[in-house]
Amino acid sequence: MFSVTDKRLNLNIIHATEAHIHAYSSLGLRTLVVGMRELSASEFEQWHSSFEAASTALIGRAALLRKVAGNIENNLIILGASGIEDKLQLGVPEAIDSLRTAGVQVWVLTGDKQETAISIGYSSKLLTRTMTQILINSSSKESCRRSLEDAILMSKKLTTVSGDAHTTRGSSGDGITQLALIIDGTSLVYVLDSELEDKLFELANKCSVVLCCRVAPLQKAGIVALVKNRTADMTLAIGDGANDVSMIQMADVGVGISGQEGRQAVMASDFAMGQFRFLVPLLLVHGHWNYQRMGYMILYNFYRNAVFVLILFWYVLFTCFTLTTAITEWSSMLYSIIYTALPTIVVGVLDKDLSRMTLLSYPQLYGAGHRQECYSTKLFWLTMVDTLWQSLAVFFIPLFAYWRSTIDTSSIGDLWTLSVVILVNIHLAMDIIRWNWITHAAIWGSVIATWICVIVIDAIPSLVGYWAIFEIMKTGRFWLCLLVIIIAAVTPRFSIKFLYQYYSPCDVQIAREAEKFGNPTMSSPVQIEMNPVMDRQRR
Amino acid sequence: MDVEVSRGAQSIPRHSKEHKACYQFTQQSLPACKPVLTPAWVITTFLLMGVIFIPLGLITLHASENVVEIVDQYDTECVPEAFRSNKVAYIKDKLIPKNCSRYLKVYKHMKAPINIYYQLDNYYQNHRRYVKSKNDRQLLHGFGYNDTSSCKPEESNNGLPIVPCGLIAWSLFNDTYTLIRGRSELQVNRKNIAWKSDRDHKFGKHVYPFNFQNGTFVGGGKLDPRIPLSDQEDLIVWMQTAALPSFRKLYGRIEEDLNADDVVVVNVTNNYNTYSFGGKKKLILSTTSWLGGKNNFLGLACTSVGSSSIFISMVFLLLHMKSPRPYRETSYLYGWKQERHVQLKR
Repeated sequence: MFSVTDKRLNLNIIHATEAHIHAYSSLGLRTLVVGMRELSASEFEQWHSSFEAASTALIGRAALLRKVAGNIENNLIILGASGIEDKLQLGVPEAIDSLRTAGVQVWVLTGDKQETAISIGYSSKLLTRTMTQILINSSSKESCRRSLEDAILMSKKLTTVSGDAHTTRGSSGDGITQLALIIDGTSLVYVLDSELEDKLFELANKCSVVLCCRVAPLQKAGIVALVKNRTADMTLAIGDGANDVSMIQMADVGVGISGQEGRQAVMASDFAMGQFRFLVPLLLVHGHWNYQRMGYMILYNFYRNAVFVLILFWYVLFTCFTLTTAITEWSSMLYSIIYTALPTIVVGVLDKDLSRMTLLSYPQLYGAGHRQECYSTKLFWLTMVDTLWQSLAVFFIPLFAYWRSTIDTSSIGDLWTLSVVILVNIHLAMDIIRWNWITHAAIWGSVIATWICVIVIDAIPSLVGYWAIFEIMKTGRFWLCLLVIIIAAVTPRFSIKFLYQYYSPCDVQIAREAEKFGNPTMSSPVQIEMNPVMDRQRR
Repeated sequence: MDVEVSRGAQSIPRHSKEHKACYQFTQQSLPACKPVLTPAWVITTFLLMGVIFIPLGLITLHASENVVEIVDQYDTECVPEAFRSNKVAYIKDKLIPKNCSRYLKVYKHMKAPINIYYQLDNYYQNHRRYVKSKNDRQLLHGFGYNDTSSCKPEESNNGLPIVPCGLIAWSLFNDTYTLIRGRSELQVNRKNIAWKSDRDHKFGKHVYPFNFQNGTFVGGGKLDPRIPLSDQEDLIVWMQTAALPSFRKLYGRIEEDLNADDVVVVNVTNNYNTYSFGGKKKLILSTTSWLGGKNNFLGLACTSVGSSSIFISMVFLLLHMKSPRPYRETSYLYGWKQERHVQLKR
């Protein structure tokens, strides 16, 4: 603005205004400078005609318009400057602190001036006085490159000096000098979409906070893309205005805040909320619950279906490799519809590993998702090995018990059906963390429903296995087989689960025990600690 | 943050019990119990399982040992010396007499009723095409049903339909056994050997065998065309296809006791051809118990489950006494890694 003012006027006023603006922005106010110029009628007519010509030009319209605007925007007289306080929402500093304790890296991208952005950073506790700030304000590509390289060298020196052997990305706490990177939009112009992106990413990794100011909407999307393309981590973008839409759409998860700036951000987002601080329950509570539920459900569904199919497969080895199925086709179909469907749904929807209060008071528990504790390749293959063992137990125990006996296909098929359904439900029952009445009803109800269905199927004369279940239920061998199958199949999993939980417990397990047995420090109401993380060692 | 939420929660009006229940469900705050595996519970559970299963296994083994079973494999023995090298030719030749006598020694007192079974090994009655080769409606209603295509190739012969059609009926087992003890013949009860449900609902009372086993290929036994299918108990027992390649089927029952050291002479007619596919035939005399026939497997399985449970519980007890982990010690949490290392060093 100051470049287009009339330099002939009192320079003192201009300097004073500049000083005031600087003061305003250091306070965190959004600044505006107002200026004016009087135009004579002929001057205006002349300008207006060239403006019309430029605005209807077919080629290079934007450049022409800029030129025409530049013609009239000069020699302005300063009228004054204003500063507006854009208040931080309630609970923002605590929210940011929670997220960073949870291991989430928080970057701020704003269109404000650098001073405004820094002051907002201080007031939202993103920046602290102890952090070393790295400022990058470059006006050319070369200077940008040099600044980035210098900053990387400095950060390397600082991190080796503090002698930290193990650090997660931009880890906070335990005495390392923390770094804050502050970069503005003009430098980003040279960085984005060039080879300097890698340097920026490397530098940003070493810093615990990144603050980008004077960022244009498309640059916001560019920064999100920069992170997304270089790591396997998930990115979340949260914003409330129309200038945040491209960033929200670029990120893996886009959150829009519906508020005073309209509903543009909300319409483009995956999740919408009323206030920034609601992001914390979204991630720490619901995000954690859903991760645990989905991870477990995927593994359980693989197991449930694989166990059934493996039993059919083992039987093929004993029918001269023809595809006779001992289990009736009706039962095979109803397996996924009635026998085992409802418990899966109920547990996947209602089961919670920790209570809301625990998750909010200990954001570190969110790290369970980062460490892939609920679903990983290793867990998958372990589940498959367990599935194999269980299918062997379910198949071979009746096989050996009824070898050389008078049993027919339908009866042994009924035994396999009932034992696999009971086994699969007991397996689920072992893993359920929270038992409420709906869970009880679903699991035991499914087992009872299976019995009823098998009895009904075997009471229809036109089907092959007519009356098989009644004949076999009269024998003692059937019930004994059922008992031995369940116990033999489930015992290895139970023992290994207990050993894991007892001797190398994960965080979530310890938190569960604390919830149940009542650790006094955990059941106290949520204390918002404003001390930096280093102070935890005092405990 | 939490304080705000709970304040908001209390302001929701709770009109009735249904509202409250619905609210609890939608807010995921249903009352629940959250069991946690503690060493005490786990060790007790395994001990309990051991204490239940070991006696159960021993009882089962005892019951199985008490069953008296006499097994006699007669398929090689009943072929005369001259034909031992070409048993298939022997069995197919209709002119050679197939009678054979076997001597069974009863080693322990057998209480009535004693079941007589014939056992076939390496016989896949559960082969898919074999299992499908019958027609249930024809068995129940006779000639009324023309669509017997599932029975091919044993559907019709010389243009006339076969009743009962299909490979299962065609391959009917036709060895017969006559049991003699001392001087008198033992009464073998051949009624009520099939399931009552099969006799009443699967085989028709007014359906008679027709054109049965008249073709060039003879698969098994013939049927008396004067007896309706619901009374042909051999056929009914045979048509209930066995699940496993090694199976037994009930032949009849002896309603008297057999004393120890009795010698039972069995006159076998060795008609059935199991030689062309390497099958085996055996004759079994067996008493029954609540467990069924003689089978040690379940008893052994129970005992091994019980003993491994006890073993596991001992291992857990030792581990627990050697290095117990105090509960709810939050310093073990991953987030405070440095503290955890400090704790362990102490």
